[in-house]
Amino acid sequence: MSEPADLPAWSLPAGAGERISIGVEWPERVTRDWAFGGATGKGVRVCILDSGIEAGHPQVGEVKGAVAFHRGEGDLCGHGTACAGIVRSLAPECELYSARVLGAGFKGSGPVLLEGLRWAVEEEFDVINMSLSTTKRQFAELLHELADKAYFNNTVLVASAHNMPVESYPWRFSSVISVGSHEEPEPTTFFYNPSPPVEFFARGVGVEIAWLGGGTILSTGNSFATPHMSGICALVLSKHPELTPFQLKSVLYLTANNVGGGR
Amino acid sequence: MSDLRAAVAAGALGSEENYRELLQSIVEVARAIFGARASSVFLHDEESDELIFEAVAGEGAGELIGQRFPSSTGIAGWVLVTRQPLVVDELDKDPRFAREAAESTGFVPKGLMAVPLLHEDRALGVLEVLDRPQKAAFSLAEMELLGLFANEAAIALNLLQKARAARTVLEDEGGDAAALARFAARLDEAEPDKREAALQLLDALGKLLRER
Repeated sequence: MSEPADLPAWSLPAGAGERISIGVEWPERVTRDWAFGGATGKGVRVCILDSGIEAGHPQVGEVKGAVAFHRGEGDLCGHGTACAGIVRSLAPECELYSARVLGAGFKGSGPVLLEGLRWAVEEEFDVINMSLSTTKRQFAELLHELADKAYFNNTVLVASAHNMPVESYPWRFSSVISVGSHEEPEPTTFFYNPSPPVEFFARGVGVEIAWLGGGTILSTGNSFATPHMSGICALVLSKHPELTPFQLKSVLYLTANNVGGGR
Repeated sequence: MSDLRAAVAAGALGSEENYRELLQSIVEVARAIFGARASSVFLHDEESDELIFEAVAGEGAGELIGQRFPSSTGIAGWVLVTRQPLVVDELDKDPRFAREAAESTGFVPKGLMAVPLLHEDRALGVLEVLDRPQKAAFSLAEMELLGLFANEAAIALNLLQKARAARTVLEDEGGDAAALARFAARLDEAEPDKREAALQLLDALGKLLRER
């Protein structure tokens, strides 16, 4: 959200450099402490695009709003509740929203996914967590447009990558933050991957996830690495709400454990 | 003519049987490599939007084949719709899951690994490995190994579906394949010069179709 407000600018007239001065004071060295030290996720709106969220789950807490692109209430399979619980554990004061695009079978899951994502992008959430993908090429182009729209609208799309050599979307697009798993136990440990398309690795092995019925269970998968990254994004954005997705990605790079993290 | 069609149909049926055996062998090997209690492949039936037990090794083998459940239920359902592999432990802690598992498979797994079977841009089904020994924490190397089995199972499942489709087409008396089989039978019976002329005509027809 750089000033001034008369964006987008298509060109820059001579001597107008000041008009696009950047509001963020970046330190000489970007550290984790600068990026998200003391942050709680307060004021950041995170949308879980998934199977819904179980109301009142102790790991999840308050759900600010829920929209279903399938009929029914709550979480029909537990996947969305698990993701919401992870985001909440990292960013305790963020605002969680649910957009239910899964749960009514496999048929039609592609169009419903697109409809849900379009809604979430238009709602201008700060972070959208997508622990899912589609392999259908017919949806790739529309997903790509939505991913780019989100990127330029200051919505960060965080998407699960595949750990198999599979073409699926939207994680393969460069406008999203794609996430695979590492085996470390620390929830804020994450790595930048210099060999994309997977751009970041976050905690995804042996994670205690929220389970339907108020309980928890141990689970492993990129589905759960993704909300770790979404939670970290929420922390950074709560401390630095002016960051664009491009700037946020740069902060994530500079504070990754294999780059400058831990300093 | 019916002989030829029967022969072709027998070929399709034969291959269907072979692909079933291949799938069965994949779940047997997956179970053995992981030292697991059971392993299964589920096929996604697009028409009914259900998952069907297509091959089972270990616990439940022989009884579960052909059983169906809705594609949005269970961990296999999550994996199919999200197209993301998952590993879940401590399942026996959840009384609801335990009851459902016992009702559908006859035993309650402590843990399971499930991976989608993806072929080209389709999700064909799910491979599950149940109750591998809990020697140590799950590792990403195991996930990669599971992915390799999944690729193999996806190829076998794709071939099986094609063989089934071929059989359906051949069994359809009024269909295109049956018409081609009738033509092949006439060709077989024809005199050499007529046969030559028919083949030239067929060649020309092929060119015409290519030109659109």
